[in-house]
Amino acid sequence: MEWVNAVVQGTLLGGLYALFAAGLSLIFGVMRLVNIAHGDMIVLGAYLGLSVTAILGIHPLMALIIVVPCMAVIGYVLQRSILNQTLGGDLLPPLLVTFGLSVILQNALLEIYTADPQKMNAGSLETASVSVGGLSLGVLPLLTFAIAVAVIAALQWTFYRTALGRAFRATSDNQEIAQLMGLNRRHIFGLAMALALGVTAIAGIMLGIRTSFDPSIGGGRLIFGFEAVIIGGLGNLWGTLAGGVILGVAQTVGAKIDPGWQLLAGHLVFLAILAVRPNGLFPRISG
Amino acid sequence: MTKTTWTRRRFLSASAATIAAPAILTSTRAYAQSPTLRVGHVSPRTGPLASFAEADDYVLDAISQRFAAGIENNGKTYNVEIISKDSQSNPNRAAEVAADLILGDEVDIIVAASTPETVNPVSDQAEINEVPCITTDCPWQPYFFGRNGVPGEGFQNTYHFFWGLEDVIGAFLDMWGPTGVSKTVGGLFPNDADGNAWGDPELGLPKPFAEAGYDLIDPGRYQPLSDDFSNQIAAFKAAGCEIVTGNMIPPDFATFWAQSAQQGFAPKIVTIGKALLFPSVIESLGDRGDGLSSEVWWSPNHPFNSSLTGASSKELADGFTAATGRPWTQPIGFKHALFEVVADVVKRAEDLEDPAAIVSAIASTNLNTIVGNVDWSTGPINNVTKTPLVAGQWQRDGDGMDLKIVANSAHPDIPLTGELKLLS
Repeated sequence: MEWVNAVVQGTLLGGLYALFAAGLSLIFGVMRLVNIAHGDMIVLGAYLGLSVTAILGIHPLMALIIVVPCMAVIGYVLQRSILNQTLGGDLLPPLLVTFGLSVILQNALLEIYTADPQKMNAGSLETASVSVGGLSLGVLPLLTFAIAVAVIAALQWTFYRTALGRAFRATSDNQEIAQLMGLNRRHIFGLAMALALGVTAIAGIMLGIRTSFDPSIGGGRLIFGFEAVIIGGLGNLWGTLAGGVILGVAQTVGAKIDPGWQLLAGHLVFLAILAVRPNGLFPRISG
Repeated sequence: MTKTTWTRRRFLSASAATIAAPAILTSTRAYAQSPTLRVGHVSPRTGPLASFAEADDYVLDAISQRFAAGIENNGKTYNVEIISKDSQSNPNRAAEVAADLILGDEVDIIVAASTPETVNPVSDQAEINEVPCITTDCPWQPYFFGRNGVPGEGFQNTYHFFWGLEDVIGAFLDMWGPTGVSKTVGGLFPNDADGNAWGDPELGLPKPFAEAGYDLIDPGRYQPLSDDFSNQIAAFKAAGCEIVTGNMIPPDFATFWAQSAQQGFAPKIVTIGKALLFPSVIESLGDRGDGLSSEVWWSPNHPFNSSLTGASSKELADGFTAATGRPWTQPIGFKHALFEVVADVVKRAEDLEDPAAIVSAIASTNLNTIVGNVDWSTGPINNVTKTPLVAGQWQRDGDGMDLKIVANSAHPDIPLTGELKLLS
């Protein structure tokens, strides 16, 4: 039963990791952009959520209504004004630019919000639980997992059932030909980044309700996001969810053996999968 | 707009004026009349440990005012300048700013407070550079053994006053004993300097707990800032723990305590070191903060007075609340006491120009401070002396939470202000 509990709790934790990873997966899938600043953008989302709840006095989940569009606009502007300039055959310039963005974001947040840890107060939601077959499951982790599944499903639907998704896939397959067919790839990339940062805002707020955050924690979250994307397979959204769950379960099962193993076990599983299947478990595109 | 052109003549006259300026302008400050003694101060003003340094401004303002007239030593008045630097709660940064204070600002005495993450790196820097150093606000075991101190030998230049793990254990057992709850205790110890010291099988909690008949369930060291505590919670539930103890940082405790509620684990007593010291943390936990317990190093009810200002504990704490509008915190007393010791040392040192004389003045301190007596001749180990420790519980009092002292067997001079209530 304890092992079952470890696996179930790990699965729910995986929902949070999948939310961290979804934005990364999307950006890489559409424009082959490795966003080093993703972790800091999650933290930015959390801080925007904190500001909105503090100013308007609303529940953190309600703050999503404001924070998600805000982050989407930031994403579009960022892509059109900066990141589009770096895209080309070479993978290195966007990597370096996002690395710089990460440093700038961290220091800007430090300047505005100081290094003090903050937390969003979601009231009784934080401690509520339901009992399922002898296991006590927190409502908040369940909600996080449900949101992760919903977000992945919505992204998947957008990708394969809408004109926008078709445009995403077309630019992803061949930018020049998509351009010839009348798609403005700069605009398409802007929209992809907007969508990705919208998802990142959700991840940031769920993180901010679950635990405390400060401007420096982005890097650690970036690693979990990357690991989930790579375990699941590049460019595959459902794979990203699976990757998040595998990572979460590895951590809790590792912690079951010894709490010191919690983070290490996650990294070891990631390394093992990378060694056996360098493209991840369910790759859609070759790396 | 006219353009300035630098001719040879113009350049020469400007340089001559620059060179001659110091001779013509009279300095307002006479040299060597009242020499300045520099005190370097390192504390975690920002970052996860920021609440420890919350009272810095209040305490330093009061101390600076007190020092404004200078301190007399051997008939000579010294100006005292305090240079304060932020460790950002990061041990590497603490070492860096300490080195900066020692080598750049050339401080004569360096002081530091708040957790091994600040105290140890600063002390190490002081020891290497042979600068007298006084620290507080960190249990002495992580201070002494964390710096590879050898009992009997100790350190040359670094001195520390606070309490030790034996006092925490005594205070906790003193609080739990009379309640009659089952003697199975869950332990949460992170993989950091404090956690490793508290959980150490020989020098930490396990041995004395076993001797007192308590069964300690210790699942092992976890990484600080973990996202998940369900395994610890499951282990505690399975063992039937009614008490949870440990040493955590506030974010980890917040994650653990929320998950405990989600996963149906309801202990009767939760006594955690470090995380539950601060009213701000208790407030962020909402109703779940009521009834949590912690060690108490200092409170407004402690029957001590400042040797510097004569203020009582209550006056110091009320002054902080009046100045900032925030509730009192325990580090206020210790931060104040740290500078009480500095002032006392500066007064007594035989030669303030000689670091060795300052060190021997520190070693011979016997001062009644606002946190109790500081006297390094009576310490448990070299370079360490102890101040009294009791145990307390956060209880709802009117609108806010108040830390009531609920166990004081070791120090009956510190009055009880409440009775321990069980959580469930």
